[in-house]
Amino acid sequence: MVDTGYLLSFILVMTVATFATRLLPFVIFQKQSKHPMMSYIAKYTPPMIMSILVLYVLKNVDFNSVESINTLVAIATTVGIHLWKGNSLLSIFAGTFLYMYLIQS
Amino acid sequence: MIRRIIKETMPIMFGYIPMGMTFGVLFHGLGYPWYFSTLMGLFIFAGAAQFMAIGLLSAGAGLTEVFISTFMLNFRHVFYGLSILEKYGKWGLRKVYLVFGLTDETYSLVTTIKTPKEFDEQNYYFYITLVNQGYWVIGCTLGVLLGDLVEFNTEGMDFALTALFIVLVIEQWKNIRDILPFMIATLSSIFVLILFPSQMLVGSIMLSISILITIRVIKNKSYG
Repeated sequence: MVDTGYLLSFILVMTVATFATRLLPFVIFQKQSKHPMMSYIAKYTPPMIMSILVLYVLKNVDFNSVESINTLVAIATTVGIHLWKGNSLLSIFAGTFLYMYLIQS
Repeated sequence: MIRRIIKETMPIMFGYIPMGMTFGVLFHGLGYPWYFSTLMGLFIFAGAAQFMAIGLLSAGAGLTEVFISTFMLNFRHVFYGLSILEKYGKWGLRKVYLVFGLTDETYSLVTTIKTPKEFDEQNYYFYITLVNQGYWVIGCTLGVLLGDLVEFNTEGMDFALTALFIVLVIEQWKNIRDILPFMIATLSSIFVLILFPSQMLVGSIMLSISILITIRVIKNKSYG
């Protein structure tokens, strides 16, 4: 019934494919790592990717729905507390617990 | 050091454990022995790919298809590595593991937080990656063991990852104080979201890095 051989090769293939995407840049560009263009990319890429990740996790929120108010309130709380206190853990947990409370109640 | 690592990765714990559990519950539905869920968390260690695996496994997908779709799905990681070539230091076993464990969340953390002076940088990143994978593997295992017995009371807990990314954007802004990368990213995302919504993540990353490089090349030419 359960095909263990298939599952194991499946896991192996997925492991290799995932590792390949993570390893490739290190193998291909290692020699250029001191090139000015690379340090430019290293400097500006993290803020870009972080911004894209925020937009990505929010892209399925329907901002015309009533429920989206929960998301907006939780985001505003996270940002507000972070700008005020500058303590990452505090801002993240305040926002998360408020969000959980809002959607579960 | 371990206390420091737990503190820095705690938001990721709040994201990875419930997300891993959700994966485990879905995997339970496939009818395989539980430990294969643990095995997938240990070896694949990629959230989106593992969720895709549920669909591929139940369809009995061919291995070539599995390879290509996983590679495409995780292609964004190429750009993560590209921007931390120097940061991850010299080759060794620890670095192999760092590269293996380069998830969205680990990348976000190591590119934003500063390593405390008393710690070796590579060592610090190594433990962050290791602890993060620990959370993920625990989630995958708990989920499959509890199966559908568990009534999730963790609803909304994964907002921790949204909040983490938001906080890291603010921290990135404090580090760099330059509006350019944030503008490029936002415009690229909107553009890709309208034209290719299904490829939003990798599409926006590729487009914004292309724009970034183009700006640099134009600037260099006008000075040269």
